[in-house]
Amino acid sequence: MKISLFIPCFVDQFYPQTGMNIVQVLERLGHTVDYPEAQTCCGQPAFNSGFWDEARAVAERQIAIFQDAEIVVIASGSCGAMVKVFYPELFHGHPRETEARALAAKTFEFSDFLVNRLGVLDVGARFPGRATFHDGCHGLRELGLKNPPRQLLQHVRGLELVEMKEAETCCGFGGTFAVKFPMISTAMGEVKCASIAETGAEFVISNDSSCLMQIRGVLERQGKSVKTLHLAEVLAQT
Amino acid sequence: MNVHAKTFNEAARHQTADLRQRDWIQKALAGYYAKRDEFKNRFQSWSGARDTAAAVKWEAVNHLDRYLDEFASRLEARGTRVFWAPDAQAVRDYVVGVARQHQVRSIIKSKSMTAEEIHLNDTLEQAGFEVVESDLGEYIVQLRHEPPYHLVFPAMHLTRQQISDLFQDRLGSESTDNPEHLTMIARRVMRRKYCEADMGISGANFAIAETGMISITENEGNARLTTSLPKVHVAIVGIEKVLPKLSDLALFLPMLATAGAGQPITCYNTLYGGPRQPGEPDGPEEFHVVLLDNRRTELLADAEQRDALHCIRCGACLNVCPIFKNIGGHSYGTTYQGPIGSVITPHLRGLQDWKHLSQASSLCGACTETCPVKINLHHHLLHNRRNAIQARPARFEKLVQTGFVFMMRRPRLYEWAAGIGRILQPLQRLVQGTVLDPLRAWTKTRSFPPLAEKSFRELWRKRKKL
Repeated sequence: MKISLFIPCFVDQFYPQTGMNIVQVLERLGHTVDYPEAQTCCGQPAFNSGFWDEARAVAERQIAIFQDAEIVVIASGSCGAMVKVFYPELFHGHPRETEARALAAKTFEFSDFLVNRLGVLDVGARFPGRATFHDGCHGLRELGLKNPPRQLLQHVRGLELVEMKEAETCCGFGGTFAVKFPMISTAMGEVKCASIAETGAEFVISNDSSCLMQIRGVLERQGKSVKTLHLAEVLAQT
Repeated sequence: MNVHAKTFNEAARHQTADLRQRDWIQKALAGYYAKRDEFKNRFQSWSGARDTAAAVKWEAVNHLDRYLDEFASRLEARGTRVFWAPDAQAVRDYVVGVARQHQVRSIIKSKSMTAEEIHLNDTLEQAGFEVVESDLGEYIVQLRHEPPYHLVFPAMHLTRQQISDLFQDRLGSESTDNPEHLTMIARRVMRRKYCEADMGISGANFAIAETGMISITENEGNARLTTSLPKVHVAIVGIEKVLPKLSDLALFLPMLATAGAGQPITCYNTLYGGPRQPGEPDGPEEFHVVLLDNRRTELLADAEQRDALHCIRCGACLNVCPIFKNIGGHSYGTTYQGPIGSVITPHLRGLQDWKHLSQASSLCGACTETCPVKINLHHHLLHNRRNAIQARPARFEKLVQTGFVFMMRRPRLYEWAAGIGRILQPLQRLVQGTVLDPLRAWTKTRSFPPLAEKSFRELWRKRKKL
């Protein structure tokens, strides 16, 4: 299958290795990966701030860039939700609505693509250690991806997966919320990190780099040794 | 930033720094989660029940005119006086008028968030009436001169010791942290008040159109006494409380108890259909139902957010909200706290004054997931944000967003800007955490990752060349 990659802007700039790991896993499964270089951002920062016209201007470009793609895999549950759930709303009654809906329909978050589209649970990964999984809210509630990442992790050799109590509780990132209301955002991060620490896990894994940025930010300040990992980083290890 | 937003930020800063309070709220809710889940599982299908409840409320809200007429005319047929109040002032004037007409001195009141919304107690006290809250939690916060902390659990923020101290101070009782003893102390005061009161004020959980009755749900029996002992009963009812049929309660009563309090059903569920009828031994001589609009019809006119009128005030969205759990109920500065409050307050009290509540959310969606009547709460926060910007764009933010769009539509510029970021990054590290740090809002409490040496697009290009 020919897959077009959507690498969200902050993954591009802060976590390029996550993108490369996704490429690795998809190629290992025998697929061809393409990365349209004209892509930038899904438009979520403007959308969430209430600037829908601005968000549409950014989104329009992405819709055009991926127009001919057969299938789009996106490296974030949050940006995935933007494309799959919010593009149709953003373009409701707009000339580009059909194209927006078409992109929404062919876009898959990484774990969703592997499990629900390809039907792959075992990607042949090996990763020794004790880990807990953090559900990014957008992946969990907008896209309904509670099981796919866990199913994939359960098939990783050597990995012991332990659930934390607050797995489904928001880490407090929330985009610009994290800097507009830093005190609330940090308090939420502290609750999350306490729950992570309680499991005794060495690693916290998620399918959203933005959550991991928040979690790692708090963990490092607390001097905790738990490491943050994107799902793709784990699945790429053999 | 307006005064409400400033107050909110200050309160949130104060509350998030109070680790003991945050811990207390987390602990207070732990029992609720367990019980809620236990009783949700007693439904044949909780998700099916939510679908049905949402459909029933949709029907009621989308045909509100018809159902309200039916409700009012059936009530009137049994001698109830129905007053249609367009706003808070109209209710306050009406209730004061009724009280004066009956030469009322003392008023007993059962729990009503609608009465809180219109600040009825303040008005009545200023008019010279004594008002006593008969719900234990409400009585406690009334003694503290505080608004309810949570729309279902008004005193959840207080420990038993704090309540004991309050009772010692205000009622002259002995120190005890035994819940039964504390309840008995309040009960002794309350029983006397019931007998003295000439007027009882209540809210309503549901208004049944088919039979012209209000339904009140409670655990303490205080609403029954409040509504039946005094000679006048006034019920304040938001117009969205209407349900088409009596049989709808078969779903809504257990649903409200489960979602709201983690109970299979509350201890007392009573229907009130009119004043004392000829030949009846008890009940009030007069029964008034006040139907309150107070800008609910404006929300009704907003097709996008109309489902916010489905709300049955169960408080389930507060209980799962990580914002609520960390900042507490008083920080909001609103009658309705938590996600539902953040959604409806801008409609009830002004979008520009209350838009900050819609911004103070990570949009995690736990509220929408739990809402028994399926209100699209967290998406409505997005709608409020959009509406606020459309009505009055913030100039600085508009500039930032315009710049953002300009850059994101030009990949070369985007790459160039990221390159500049890499050059400036060491400078940011030098001033990190100080007032000069542009990332201070983040870095004050969290470490910030460095930009990767090479972006994904650079790695991709390099790989393609190989």
